[in-house]
Amino acid sequence: MIKINSLYKSFGNLEVLKGIDCEINEKEVVCVIGPSGSGKSTFLRCINLLEEVTDGSIYIDGVKINDTKTNINEIRKEVGMVFQQFNLFPHMNVLNNITIAPKRIRKMHEVEAVDLAYQLLEKVGLQDKAEAYPEQLSGGQMQRVAIARALAMRPKIMLFDEPTSALDPEMVKEVLDVMKQLAVEGMTMVVVTHEMGFAREMGDRVLFMDEGVIMEEGTPSEVFGQPKNSRTQDFLSKVL
Amino acid sequence: MDFLESIRFDMIWNYKELFIRGLWVTLGLTAVGYIGGVILGLFLGIGKLSKIKWIYYPCKYYVDFFRGTPLLVQILLIHLAVIPSIFGHSLGYFVSGATALMLNCAAYNAEIIRAGIQSIEKGQMEAARSLGMPKREAMKQIILPQAFRRMIPPLGNELIALLKDSSLVTVIAANDLLYASQVVAGAYQRFYEPYVTVAILYLLLTWVCTRVIAYVEKRYSNSYIPRRRRTFSFSRSSVGG
Repeated sequence: MIKINSLYKSFGNLEVLKGIDCEINEKEVVCVIGPSGSGKSTFLRCINLLEEVTDGSIYIDGVKINDTKTNINEIRKEVGMVFQQFNLFPHMNVLNNITIAPKRIRKMHEVEAVDLAYQLLEKVGLQDKAEAYPEQLSGGQMQRVAIARALAMRPKIMLFDEPTSALDPEMVKEVLDVMKQLAVEGMTMVVVTHEMGFAREMGDRVLFMDEGVIMEEGTPSEVFGQPKNSRTQDFLSKVL
Repeated sequence: MDFLESIRFDMIWNYKELFIRGLWVTLGLTAVGYIGGVILGLFLGIGKLSKIKWIYYPCKYYVDFFRGTPLLVQILLIHLAVIPSIFGHSLGYFVSGATALMLNCAAYNAEIIRAGIQSIEKGQMEAARSLGMPKREAMKQIILPQAFRRMIPPLGNELIALLKDSSLVTVIAANDLLYASQVVAGAYQRFYEPYVTVAILYLLLTWVCTRVIAYVEKRYSNSYIPRRRRTFSFSRSSVGG
């Protein structure tokens, strides 16, 4: 589904990604872990071109996305993203946050879009918040709305960029529960996270990134159980 | 009390039609200049955020020129040189005056609008783009509605500044508010009454503007929740569709 070949990304002179090769299959949940500054988020943001790729290629469903001929807006319709800071639109209520993209981009009819929004709100357990504004919600609720908003475009892939890192501890679970449900339903997911419990439980595969490369990858039991790389061992000993 | 008794407001009264006309001219120049200035400023402000050089530089030089030269000079240049050389003759003080005020106001508004747009968190644009929105759509639906709220106070200041600066069009014989007082001053060779009157009239106008701006500011401050709903709690038990 996603195929990444020797991906390089530099910010000025700072090289953040130094040759990433990776393949993500349909319905797979891939968790990306690693220390801060290892390039995890940049890697994720390259997948929907929020970051311009310096070198290498990314294919989604066989289409090279970092090609000037590719319409990136078409690609992004199929790739949902959830941000650490939620990034809900504060000037719209929850319902409009969710329906704006289907209505404007998918040209979905108002009634249909609202119907879809309520279905998604039910899925994330927030049917009663449709009329609320983001400022009236807790962090956990905002992040669940953000997930619903991304899902409203019916994406094939969901990217999560540290979705629980900005949350108070008691709200982490409600967001992770929604993500688990998505994983169970067979969504293709790439999750950058510090939640090792989630990675271990839900990940089909875990990538350990450090210094701009994938240092180690494998099933959760391989990476968490018998990490081969000394950097992985070192990292896991600090976080577990 | 000699001084008070010697004040002759009757002469203002004799020229009241000139003052009323002046009031309308001042308001007209300000309104046209400001509305045009906001619209043009919006394009210039967005242009100044462009990464494309042939968009960025013309916008930048435009703003630099109109902010870096006196409005008085701009008015004279437009009225006496630019418009006659384009149309072959003058189009009258109103066209020249309104054009100069608009072009000048646009330069200041451009900076306000640019700063307003830049003040919106980067994540908002990213979220919109990640949903597949084209940049223009994201700007229109997501960024500008938020940015405009932050622009209200500085844009309000700009309106008041423009209202006062519109008095400079007197130099091209526009019969605005200031012009009316000059006529009275010339006719009677008295200066307190006409200029105090015109000062009071400008003060009244700016006061009204200040009140309106304060109202708009209050209405759109702090919260995005519509006022009528702010006191409600949000319990909607039935799930509609």
